[in-house]
Amino acid sequence: MAENNGYRLRVVTPERVFYEGDVEMVEFNTTEGEIGVLPGHIPLTVIIKPGILVITEPEGKKEAALHAGFAEILPDGITILAEIVEWPEEIDGNRAEAALQRARERIANRDSQTDLARAETALLRAMARIEVLK
Amino acid sequence: MASMRDIKRRRSSIQSTQQITKAMKLVSTVKLQRARGGAERSKSYFTCMYDTVSNILARVGHVEHKYLMPGKTGKKAVILISSNRGLAGGYNNNVAKLVTRNPEWKPEDVLVYAIGSKGRDIAARAGFEIREDHPEIMEQPAYADAMFLTNRLLKAFEDGEISEIYLAYTAFKNTVSHIPTLIKLLPVEVEAGEAQDGAMMNFEPADEEALDLIIPKYIASLIYGGLVEALASENGARMQAMDNATSNAEELIDDLALMYNRARQSSITQELTEIIAGAGAIG
Repeated sequence: MAENNGYRLRVVTPERVFYEGDVEMVEFNTTEGEIGVLPGHIPLTVIIKPGILVITEPEGKKEAALHAGFAEILPDGITILAEIVEWPEEIDGNRAEAALQRARERIANRDSQTDLARAETALLRAMARIEVLK
Repeated sequence: MASMRDIKRRRSSIQSTQQITKAMKLVSTVKLQRARGGAERSKSYFTCMYDTVSNILARVGHVEHKYLMPGKTGKKAVILISSNRGLAGGYNNNVAKLVTRNPEWKPEDVLVYAIGSKGRDIAARAGFEIREDHPEIMEQPAYADAMFLTNRLLKAFEDGEISEIYLAYTAFKNTVSHIPTLIKLLPVEVEAGEAQDGAMMNFEPADEEALDLIIPKYIASLIYGGLVEALASENGARMQAMDNATSNAEELIDDLALMYNRARQSSITQELTEIIAGAGAIG
């Protein structure tokens, strides 16, 4: 099964079809940890955590910042339902840096009012954005 | 018979109204095209979402999950998507009727979450309680708005304030056909189809936790779909209404032109008769 003849990747967001094509490998971050998916993977549905989506095409690698959603993995293809996903050229580096600062401060100076889960998600998002830009 | 001046005045007034309706028709045609593009792009997301959710539910079967059971206390909540502007024919009334004329709903059992001011006004007049009002969303519906609404509704659901959640919107079939639609969002009722080609789907995290995370996304995607379809329908309805208004004006103008010509002819005839009679009297 694990041959590279057309493993289909679709990344869809509510606003557009972000990516569609045949790939060799897909890597991204989930709530259970980072995973890399090769053709012939067992059927699996995972929840996405903010991180980098690495798409390995026959011609090379592509990266994008993937923030939220879930993915349905099947032996012959993978569908990522993403709420937010961005190519590096769509990211504003300065804004991401500022967001990273803000999130770090919020976590450092936290009190009972702070929504820690939200601050952590914001931190992860900003980190993913900056990482993808490098 | 009306005087020539009156007819002329009336005709020019109709003509300027016609210019307005014609312009509005053109504007809504452009807006419709844009909105329809948005509705079509969001469709594939929604289809995938629906497939996945029904797949999951087919696997978990009859699980006692909070989002799959009706709440024990509280009222029904309905999201009513209408427009902020009128002149769209029956668009707003038709969708509001789903709420105000629903035989099973009494105004005191229902909380309305209004998106669009026209529907809000109709529901308020019928005696429904407007729980929340977000007319600004309709200007430019974004997925973030749908998530925002979902979070508020799910919180009210978990707090026991509401027991069921409905969505009333106008489905966009094509340019001329828009169907007012009422769907139930919570508790989730998805046709539990067969799991895809017998393959067992695995979940990470496990089923119930996955449901906790996926169902809010599913509801947000339904609401977002409702918003973009409603926007397309609104512009489609307005385009049709303005098209009718323009052709009605055309007809009226033609009738008035005929009346005007007749009035002019009869006044000429009368003048001539008077002149001839005068000349006869002198001669």
